[in-house]
Amino acid sequence: MAGAGGGGNDVQWCFSQVKGAIDDDVAEADIISTVEFNHSGELLATGDKGGRVVIFQQELESKNQPQCRGEYNVYSTFQSHEPEFDYLKSLEIEEKINKIRWLPQKNAAQFLLSTNDKTIKLWKISERDKRPEGYNLKEEDGRYRDPTTVTTLRVPVFQPMDLMVEASPRRVFANAHTYHINSISVNSDCETYLSADDLRINLWNLEITDRSFNIVDIKPVNMEELTEVITAAEFHPNQCNTFVYSSSKGTIRLCDMRASALCDQHSKLFEEPEDPSNRSFFSEIISSISDVKFSHSGRYMMTRDYLSVKIWDLNMESRPVETYQVHEYLRSKLCSLYENDCIFDKFECCWNGNDSVVMTGSYNNFFRMFDRGYRQDVTLEASRESSKPRSVLKPRKVCTGGKRKKDEISVDSLDFNKKILHTAWHPQDNIIAVATTNNLYIFQDKL
Amino acid sequence: MDVSAEAKRIMAVSISKLYASRAQRGGMRLHRSLLLSVVMRSARDLYHSACLAKEREELGTAHLVQVTPEEGAMDTTASGEQVEVEVSQVEPESPLTPTIQEPMSSDSDAAQGACKTRTFIGKETVEDKENRSPVSPDRHSRKRRGKASVAPDFLPSKRARLSLELGEERVLRTGRRTCCRAGDAFTTLSLNSNRAIAAF
Repeated sequence: MAGAGGGGNDVQWCFSQVKGAIDDDVAEADIISTVEFNHSGELLATGDKGGRVVIFQQELESKNQPQCRGEYNVYSTFQSHEPEFDYLKSLEIEEKINKIRWLPQKNAAQFLLSTNDKTIKLWKISERDKRPEGYNLKEEDGRYRDPTTVTTLRVPVFQPMDLMVEASPRRVFANAHTYHINSISVNSDCETYLSADDLRINLWNLEITDRSFNIVDIKPVNMEELTEVITAAEFHPNQCNTFVYSSSKGTIRLCDMRASALCDQHSKLFEEPEDPSNRSFFSEIISSISDVKFSHSGRYMMTRDYLSVKIWDLNMESRPVETYQVHEYLRSKLCSLYENDCIFDKFECCWNGNDSVVMTGSYNNFFRMFDRGYRQDVTLEASRESSKPRSVLKPRKVCTGGKRKKDEISVDSLDFNKKILHTAWHPQDNIIAVATTNNLYIFQDKL
Repeated sequence: MDVSAEAKRIMAVSISKLYASRAQRGGMRLHRSLLLSVVMRSARDLYHSACLAKEREELGTAHLVQVTPEEGAMDTTASGEQVEVEVSQVEPESPLTPTIQEPMSSDSDAAQGACKTRTFIGKETVEDKENRSPVSPDRHSRKRRGKASVAPDFLPSKRARLSLELGEERVLRTGRRTCCRAGDAFTTLSLNSNRAIAAF
């Protein structure tokens, strides 16, 4: 495993690439809404608010510079979802891509699932680098030859052509969610996947589009009694019978599909008792979990709420084993963050390849890494200013009070419009993809 | 009082956000509406308990108390309640109730944790209908009486909302339903095929 380091010890992060428009005037359709590496890390997919998916492919390392990692270049771009209209409810269905999940590769083609609020699609991305030429009965442009001119027999042969990458929708999984889909997760059995909305989780077979099984339903009989919603769900990386879902109340439920067909009863409930001294109007909002991710090992899971990242041991339900404060200095600003809607931001989090470091985003285009082993954390910034090739990122620091030191930023100077909600870590290497509003930054550790 | 002013401000902000979310592209987000209504409820409960505490102080003199200064706030809370009921249809338990329990032992509704404001006319007390707790007998008459009794035009009535929800369920059960609930499949085999694949 390359790159065992992380946020602390001696790893230095360098700028590698930035993708996206340079100008500050951001078109809403270009806002990145999801980022995901595939299982090998060779491909990096992004989804945006305009319903498009852009896939980047890592170039092979050149033989001249074996120490340099390959760059990511555009491999395929396609329109995954279009805006739709629900005529019954007179509501527009946004085309924004909420999540992308790659399927493990089984053959030459790549497959990914992409979802908006209501519909999940399975896309096949395949390469074509040769085409048949030399037909007997038709010209190269496709026109049929005059039969009287055909005097010999020739068989077409494959000739090389410029590489063409085709994306085609293979399955469309629609009409199964009343509420807005927030998560999809492919099962380790590679045959099924789950999709979760605010109140329900459905289990699908990748081959079958006209039926899905409802496995979790927390909708109360009387909607006025609703107290919590599902915010994220994920299958266990190794155990195909196990999945977790998080709630807006800060709880995580682990369910075992072997126990019953309907997993309304959880097998485990992970909940940390609330600290009464931190009680405020906004306690419920900031305890809402915005993301849940299993570690690669499957032993731990990580949750992200508004102010912190928590690591849970699946064997202990009473409290997390580790808690990392992402931006505790915002606790005293919750009222303003409520007024400007920032308190509703849904930050994601991710593990590095060997589960030693976790990463999540913050405001002012800052992102944070927490090294679990060395107990160190670092704050870095994704900005055009520090985007010279291979320039080392300087750790940033937010001044929380008192005299502001040089190079520190005061809390009041933070730009809350510049938020990093989506980050991804290469499964095997120290390469990270960090999405600002409409740009994708790729950083790697200094070799 | 600082606390009540803050609570009132948060209530107003929450209500305006709930209204604004109706026009949002993609429709109202259930999660966001739930959180907004939770905050609004907490703020409302705190505000009412602060009002009540204030009125208690003034009770000591048994004077005629004009509630005009608070009517402005009541306007917001009344429409807030309407919004809460009609727009988001969520009424989660207020997590702050333990800290703001009013010792209104004479009133059985106190257990609900809802704050009551009273208009004092002489020595009689007349209950303010709009802020009554949900278990009171005529809970369906949530409409305000008085000068601002007409609900704003752009708010659909509660009945229309309920029928929309039911309509949604009916349509979703027929034809285009693709979601199958395993438990239901066994128990509803005797019913027609449409209901057998009802998700909920």
